[in-house]
Amino acid sequence: MSRLKRTIAPYLLVLPGGIWLIVFFAIPMITMLSLSLQEGDIVNGYTFTGHWQTYVDALDDYRTQLIRSLIYGAIATIILIALAFPMAYWIAFYGGRRKATYLFLVLLPFFVSFVLRTISWRQILTDDGPVLSPLKSAGLVPESFHILGTPTAVIFGLVYNFLPFMVLPIYVALERIDPRVVEAARDLYADPATAFRKVVFPLALPGVFAGVLMTFVPTSSDYVNSTVLGGTDTTMIGQVIQAQYLANSDYPTASALSFVLMAVLLIGVFAYAKVLGTEDVMKVAAR
Amino acid sequence: MTAQPQTLQRPARTDKGADLRPKRRITGPGVMRAYTWLIILWLILPIFVMILFGFNDTSGRYNQSWEGFTLKWYGRLFDIDDLTRGLITSLVVAVVSSLAAGALGTGIGYALGRYRFRGSGSVNLIMFATISSPELVMGASLLTFFVSLGVGLGVVTLTIAHIMFSISFVATVVRARVMTLDRSIEEAAADLGATAWTTFWKITFPIILPAVFSGVLLAFALSIDDFVVSNFTAGNAVTFPLWIWGATRVGIPPQVNVMGTLIFVAGVVIAVAFNIRSRRAQRD
Repeated sequence: MSRLKRTIAPYLLVLPGGIWLIVFFAIPMITMLSLSLQEGDIVNGYTFTGHWQTYVDALDDYRTQLIRSLIYGAIATIILIALAFPMAYWIAFYGGRRKATYLFLVLLPFFVSFVLRTISWRQILTDDGPVLSPLKSAGLVPESFHILGTPTAVIFGLVYNFLPFMVLPIYVALERIDPRVVEAARDLYADPATAFRKVVFPLALPGVFAGVLMTFVPTSSDYVNSTVLGGTDTTMIGQVIQAQYLANSDYPTASALSFVLMAVLLIGVFAYAKVLGTEDVMKVAAR
Repeated sequence: MTAQPQTLQRPARTDKGADLRPKRRITGPGVMRAYTWLIILWLILPIFVMILFGFNDTSGRYNQSWEGFTLKWYGRLFDIDDLTRGLITSLVVAVVSSLAAGALGTGIGYALGRYRFRGSGSVNLIMFATISSPELVMGASLLTFFVSLGVGLGVVTLTIAHIMFSISFVATVVRARVMTLDRSIEEAAADLGATAWTTFWKITFPIILPAVFSGVLLAFALSIDDFVVSNFTAGNAVTFPLWIWGATRVGIPPQVNVMGTLIFVAGVVIAVAFNIRSRRAQRD
C-alpha cells in the first residue's frame, strides 16, 4: 500500500459519516443557537437581532420547571446508583456462568417501546388499578390516596426506565476487577467491609461515573414520564420545550430553553469527562 | 489498575466468584440474590402486563381492567389502519436507517480503531457529543434546522434523524472490535501476496462483520423504539410509538399490546439466536 493511500484512507472512511454528523448534528445546534437570538414569528420569518432578552424572559418564566427537572434527575440518579450497585455487584461476583442471562434479563425492557412501558405503569398504578384498589379496599391506604400525578410517580418512572443504563456500566467496572486484588487485601488483614471500601468501590467508581453520565442527562431532560405519570405540578422542562415547539410554535423561546438545558447538562458532562478522561468514560459507556 | 499482582504460591484461579465469597456469611449473597431477582421482576412486570392485556376480552378501546381471556385481538391485529401504517413506517424507517447508519458508522469505527490520524480527536468528540446530548435537544435542533431551511417534515427527515443518532453507536461498537483485531493475520495474508483490497474483504471484513451486525441491530432497536427525536422530526408521519403517544388520552386499544408483544418476542428471539451463534463461533 502506498504511503499516500495510507494517509488518506482514514479520512475517506470517516468522511461520509462525519459529514452526516456535522450537517445533521453540529449545524442544527448552531441553527438553534442562532434562532434563540432572533425575533419574529413562524409566518413572517425571523431576523437575527441578538435578542438576549428571550433568554432572560424564558428563564424568568420557566425557572421552576428547569430547576425541578434537574432535581428530579438528580434524585432519580441517586436512587439509581443505590438500586443498581448491589445488583451489579451480585451479578458480577456471584453470577457465575449465568452472568449473561442476568444481564439479558436486565435488558429485557428494551424490547418493549419506552412509551408503551411507561403507559403500562400508568395502567398498574392508576387509582382503581391492581396495586391501589386492593390496598384501598383493605383499608391500608385512604380512599383519596393516589400515586399518579405526584412527583413520586414521575421519579419512579424515571428510575424504572433508566435502570439498565446504570446497572450495565457498574457491572462492567466490577467485572473487570481482578479477584486476586481483593484477595490480597484480605490477606493483608482487611475485613470484608474494608476490602470493599478501599479496593472494590474505588475500582467500581468509573462505572458509577459512566452510569451517572448515561442516566442524569436523559432523566432530567425527559418529558415522557412526567407527561404520562405526572400531573400539573410535576411539569418538567422537557414538556415546556416540547409544547413551545410543537403546540405554540414559539421557536425562539423553545430554542433558548433547549440551549440552556443543553448547556447546563453538557458543561456538566464535559467537566466530568475531562476529570475522568473522555476515553475512559466512553470505553465504559460503550460496553 | 493494569498491574495485576501475581500470586506466587497458588495457581491463578479462573472462577472469580469463588475467591470473593465470604465463607462465614452465607446470608449476604443470599439476600443480594433475592434482591436481584426482585429488581428483575420489577423490570419485567410492565412487559407482563402488556402481554396479558393483549389477551383481554374487552369490548371497546378501554383496556384497563381484566374481562377474560381471548385471542380475538390477534385476529384483528390490523383492524386499525392508522396503527398498521404506523407500524409499517416504523419498520421501514428502522431498516433504512440502521443499514445507512451501519455503513456510515462502520467507516468511522474502522478508521478510529485502525489508524492514527490528525482529526481523530474531533471525530471522537462529536461522537461523544451525539451520544451524550439530550435526545430532546437533538430533536429540537433538527426541527429548527429543517424549518429554517424550509424543508417539510416527514418520513425523510425522520430517517435522516434516526441515521444521525445511530451512527455513533455503530461506530463505537465497530471501533471496539477493530482495536482488538489481531494484526498478524492481515500481515500473513499480505505476506502470501494478497493485495490490501483482497486482505480487507477476505480477512478483515469477515472478522469485524459480527460487530457490524450487532451495530446494525442496535441501530434498528434504537430506531424502532425512538419517540423523542421522532416526535420533533416526523411532521405528519406517524410511527408506532408516535401513534401510541397520540392515543394515550383516548385509550390504548388491545392491538397495541399485541403488536408490542410480537415486537418483544421477535426481538428476544433474534437476540438469543444471535447470542448463541456468536458463542458457537467463539468456541469453534
